[in-house]
Amino acid sequence: MARFESLLDACGGTPLVGLPRLSPTVPDGAPPVRLWAKLEDRNPTGSIKDRAALFMVREAEESGHLHPGDTILEPTSGNTGIALAMVAKLRGYRLVCVMPENVSAERVQILRMYGAEIIFSPAAGGSNQAVATAKQIAAEHPDWKMLFQYGNPANARAHYETTGPELLHDLPTITHFVAGLGTTGTLMGTGRFLREKVEGIQIIAAEPRYGELVYGLRNIDEGYVPELYDASVLTRRFSVGTRDAVLRTRQLVEVEGIFAGFSSGAILHAALAVAHEAVKAGRRADVAFVIADGGWKYLSTGAYGGTLNDAEEALEGQLWA
Amino acid sequence: MAIEVRVPTILRSYTGGSKVVEGAGDTLTALIDDLDAKHSGFKGRLITPEGGLHRFVNIYINDEDVRFLGALDAKLNDGDSVTILPAVAGGALGFAAAAALLGR
Repeated sequence: MARFESLLDACGGTPLVGLPRLSPTVPDGAPPVRLWAKLEDRNPTGSIKDRAALFMVREAEESGHLHPGDTILEPTSGNTGIALAMVAKLRGYRLVCVMPENVSAERVQILRMYGAEIIFSPAAGGSNQAVATAKQIAAEHPDWKMLFQYGNPANARAHYETTGPELLHDLPTITHFVAGLGTTGTLMGTGRFLREKVEGIQIIAAEPRYGELVYGLRNIDEGYVPELYDASVLTRRFSVGTRDAVLRTRQLVEVEGIFAGFSSGAILHAALAVAHEAVKAGRRADVAFVIADGGWKYLSTGAYGGTLNDAEEALEGQLWA
Repeated sequence: MAIEVRVPTILRSYTGGSKVVEGAGDTLTALIDDLDAKHSGFKGRLITPEGGLHRFVNIYINDEDVRFLGALDAKLNDGDSVTILPAVAGGALGFAAAAALLGR
């Protein structure tokens, strides 16, 4: 146990817990294959995004980009907004979030509770509308500051300086690191650190594969790859569908007592795939993966109960990660 | 050598609206050539004039990104499932909004 001067100082230092029941069994005499979960839901606002939010704001303050009383404008599908809202409140900034309207109701309520203002962009087929909305906001408020998590090196640096060292300290025998791929900050920062320190480490991305609505772009050229993304940091990249993500999310709580959001289920799915490969190959493996957030914010989806088909349907068209 | 290929909405104009089509080939290149023969113009949306995979196209073989499996040289086996998706990662609309804000 420790004490901290303020909530901001309590960011990071999350527990790494073994999953003895979900780890695959190995034949007698074979080297162990173990799964380890890094509980990022234990951060101040309940997600891994607290690390990035804190580093991005600090960096902006130090570089003179942010001044007391400034307004921060950030496009976010939820957790970064919540983390930034808390940091902005404690550091004295106003936060305006641009977010798709198909995120869960809890995220919106939490953001407003922390004092953030929200501008919605349409969920379906509406990227043109979203672009138009964003352009309009930027034109009307040239003084608002963007931290832009998708291209901000401080996002990845947060993980290079904190998540990576914490993992290596707690699990020096780590062989695989598995995390979700969104802004790519977690994988780029943690991945670079671990690659420098652990020979042969595997860095594995689990990318959520959403319902079709989310891919409703008009053409391929409207696609986007975050500026932070550097494919050479990764060794493999899995696409995980809604059904597998839900199944694994339920297993996490049913088997190991970890109540997590659906992106963590997707990450576990990829972690189990590499763990089973290690068993097959007769290789030792310590697979660490990220629990990105808790399940509380997704209860309204109804996807924790009922059949897998019901859950899949409930999440169709939602940004569940 | 039947490979099931899942086609994203924005490319279904080439497949007569079909979500899933069947193709053949022992590498990704061979599969894409086969698909282009059946659905003219398909290849041009996936492959750049320089011959590489389009930056904003992700292709997965049995849920694994082909860029880590040899890209266009990735091997295919009978019964494999191939999924084509536009690159949006998390929060497509957030990205679109962000890109617009930054004038990109």
